[in-house]
Order: sequence, then C-alpha cells, then structure tokens
Amino acid sequence: MSHAARRPSGLLLRSATLSYLSVMVVLPFLILTIQAFQPGLTAFWKALTNPFAWHALKLTFATALAMVVINAVTGTATAWVLVRYAIPGKAFVNALIDLPFAVPTVVTGLMLVVLYGPTSALGAILGQHGLRVIYETPGIVLALMFVTYPFVIRSVQPVLLEMDRAEEEAAATLGAGPFTTFRRVTLPILWPSILTGTALSFSRALGEFGSVVLVAGNRPLATKTAPMYIFGEVESGNLHGAMVVSTVLLASSLAILIVLNLLQRRRGGAS
Amino acid sequence: MVMSTLTLNTHDSARSTPDRPRISKWGPRLLTTAVLAWFALLILVPTIALTRQGLAGGLRPFMDSLTATDVRMSFVLTLVITALATVVNTVFGLAFAVVLVRQKFHGRALADGMVDLPFAVSPVIAGLMLIVLYGPRGWLGRWLESAGIRVVYAWPGMMLACLFVTLPFVVREVVPVLREFGVDQEEVAYTLGAGRWGTFWRVTLPSIRWGLAYGVTLTVARSLGEFGALLVVSGNIIGRTQTATLYIHDGVESFHPEGAYAASLLLAGISFIMLIVMETLRRRVAAREGADEQ
Repeated sequence: MSHAARRPSGLLLRSATLSYLSVMVVLPFLILTIQAFQPGLTAFWKALTNPFAWHALKLTFATALAMVVINAVTGTATAWVLVRYAIPGKAFVNALIDLPFAVPTVVTGLMLVVLYGPTSALGAILGQHGLRVIYETPGIVLALMFVTYPFVIRSVQPVLLEMDRAEEEAAATLGAGPFTTFRRVTLPILWPSILTGTALSFSRALGEFGSVVLVAGNRPLATKTAPMYIFGEVESGNLHGAMVVSTVLLASSLAILIVLNLLQRRRGGAS
Repeated sequence: MVMSTLTLNTHDSARSTPDRPRISKWGPRLLTTAVLAWFALLILVPTIALTRQGLAGGLRPFMDSLTATDVRMSFVLTLVITALATVVNTVFGLAFAVVLVRQKFHGRALADGMVDLPFAVSPVIAGLMLIVLYGPRGWLGRWLESAGIRVVYAWPGMMLACLFVTLPFVVREVVPVLREFGVDQEEVAYTLGAGRWGTFWRVTLPSIRWGLAYGVTLTVARSLGEFGALLVVSGNIIGRTQTATLYIHDGVESFHPEGAYAASLLLAGISFIMLIVMETLRRRVAAREGADEQ
C-alpha cells in the first residue's frame, strides 16, 4: 500500500468512495444476478426460452448486428472524409457528429416518428411503396444507427489523424491504386479502432430503449426488443422473467467491454 | 528512414493535416457526397423535421405549451434531479479519481473497472436493479419501507437512477488528466507549507479543470436525457413523478403529442447547447494534452 493510501485522510477518502461505489454499482448487480438464479437453473432456462423472451433477444441481437455492419462502413468513411478531405463547413459537421450523444433518446424516437411515421408526408410516400419504417424492424435499425452514429467515427478519427502517410505514399509510388492502398496499407492500421467503435456501438445497441420504444410499436413476437420485453415484464409484475433476460444482456455487454479492455491493454493502451 | 527517399514529395509536408482539396477527382468527390448525404439524412433531416413540427403552429402556441403546468413541473423535476446528481457524482468523481491515481491498494484495478459498469447496463435494467433492491420486497427496500421511506415509485428512486447512470463520467474524465498532471507541483506545495486541502484547491483543481468541466458536462447531458431507468422506477404518475423525458413519452403514447413536441424541442435545445460546450471543452482537454506532451 502506498504512503498516500496509509494516511488517515487517504484511508477515509478511499473507504468513503469505495462504499459509495459498492452500494451504487456493485450491490445492484449482485442482487440482480442472485435473484435471477434464485428460483433455480431450470426456472432460469424456462424463462429464457419462453417464446416471447427468446424472440425479443433474437431481434435485439439481429438489429444490433445489422446496425453494426452498416456503421462500420459509414463510420469509417465519415472519419476518412473528415480527416483527409477539405470540405466546406467541416467544423460544423464535426461538431454535429456528437449530436446523438447529447440528444435524449426519447427525443430521437420522436424525431423518427415525426419524420417517418404513418401520418407524415415521407411516411405516407414510403408506405405506398410498401416500405414501412416506423412500427417495423427498419425503424429499430434506424434508431440504433442514430444513437450509435458517433462511436465508430470518434474511434477511427484520432488514429487517422496520427497516421504516418509514408507507407500509403510508398504504395502509391509502387503502382497501387487508391482501393488497393486502402485495403492493404491503411485498413490494417485502422481495424483495431474500427473494432473498438463497433463493439461499443453493439454494446450500446443491445440496451437501447428510449428511442426504440417509440419507434418499434411494441408488438410481441414482431417488433418487441429485449429491453422492451424487460420493461413489459416489470410492468406486469413478472420480475423474474425480466431479470433473466436482463442477465443475458448484461453478460453480453460485459463480455464485450472486458474483451475490449484486454485488447486495449495488449496494445499498450493505444486506442 | 529508407522509405522517405523513395516517397514522392507529395503536396503536403505536414502529415497530420488534411490534404488540400482533391475534389477535382471523382473518387473523393463521390465519397464526400455520400458521407455528407448520409450525415444529412440520418442526423440533420430528423432534427429539422422535429423543429418544423414543434413550431408548426407558430411561436405563440409553442411558448404556451411550454408554460402548461405539467410541462413546467416536469422540467423543474428534471433540472432539480440533474443538479443534485451532478453535484453528488462530481464530488464522488473527484474524490475517487484522487484515490485511483494517487493511492496504491489491493484491488485498485478492480475498482477502476467497476466504475465503468453503468456503461454496460441498459437503462431499463438499471431501473430493474433499483426495483429489485429498493422495492417494497427488495433487500434494502423492506427495511426502508418499514422506516416509512419510499424509494421506488417516488423521487428518491429517480435520484438513485440518475446517480447510477451518470456515475462514471467525472471519474473517467478526471483520471487521465490527474495522471498526467503528476505529483511534482503538489509536493512543492506541501514543502512550502500548504495543507492537503489547500494544495487540492489551489494546485490540483486548477490543473484538471478542463477535464473536470468536460466530465461535468457529460454528466449533466446524460442526466437530462435519462429515460428508461426513470420510466421503470418512477411509476410515472402525471404531475407528481414525471420528468421532462417521461412527459414527452407520455405525450406520444397517449396520442397527445403537441406538448411533447414543444418539450422535445426545449430539451433538444438545452442538449444542443450542452453539445457545443462539450465540444469546446473536449478540444481544450485535447489541446492541453498535446501541449503537455511537448
């Protein structure tokens, strides 16, 4: 223990903050996990494989995956354009990238309903062509894409900014076209940050509620995601069912965070 | 470097600055258009659509909806909860950052990891945790109820919800700046006779102020927008335990969205201002880090 840690004031500070952390964070986690498994493993499995719960989980993972694939491409492209090209209003765009971080999720949901809802102009036009966005799965993916928009961009941008262009230029002199250069020289340098960004957005998307609940229409076995299922079960008093699905989501998010942490530490903390 | 003799002396010598405009070539132009179009479609258009909808009736009706009683009360509740949560978690954040950076003890890495846990939790799950712990049949809730203290379905539960989701921000933003700041100046202050508290106020705090400010801004923005956990924990009774976000949700779900549009615009406007502040502070922190490295 360090000298600072052994001082009485240091001890006081440490015990006070660790107590706060334990009560506020550790205790809720522990209680939830304990109570989810308290009725036994069979009960846990039954609650998990309940068709409504199972479908909600599948939908959540599927929409998150779809969003992640799109975001990986668009996020990298956006970071590329922001760093490498000069465009009018770049500072404006750069500042607005973080808008989804600042906007409350309910407001996001409302924005999408206003724009694509069945009573809106755009929604009516799309509806005539058979493209229903709101109250359908595309709406969920759209909401997820909005709220996770900054993750990949902000992950890739610093790496691009710091990158040494010498190798790219060497490849160009050796005759490689822009695509080949990107694929063989740039991408290997970028992919850890792309991975970090997509992992963060995936983790966020698993738990997204505020924007999805307004946009998805709450139809069980159709458009009800896992967070919505959890909420529904809490409202109807089935706390155990809610806890079981919660544990699965938590385990997934935590696994992603832990893997990310390990990868970052392996790279010496560079992200 | 051997490579440098082989590279063409291309137009930019400073590698980290962007190219001069290459929009004469179709490739970059196409990509830029695609990226900007995507940005506009995903981010700008919905924002504009909401603004148009909210101000559709004109400025007067907009102001009138905002001054309706339940809207006003919901904003008051939001601001009070946000203020309290920010104060508590800023104090905790500063204290814990000092503990994590300046003290060595068993389990420090574990404690460091624990702080990030709220980020991995969906808001509804956070609300569920609070119900399980503090609800009438919960482990702590049982005792509190018998002492006459109502936590869930009342404002203390909402406080706890906001405290939970905003817990990591100040810690995470202060720890790196504190780490970089180093103990040298603090030790100088001690040798010159400043007490621990005096040193903290006059030496440590000023040097971490931008990281601290950024963390506080993130905390406020997050707390203003908190919804899922509050929905689960609050019982959502109109006029009594409704925050701005709950009010908006209620308006949409009950098909009376007019007030919801106005409230959304106000909340989005406040968040937008927070965003500008965030961006400015983020650049300050980054600039400071860059300066310190030299």
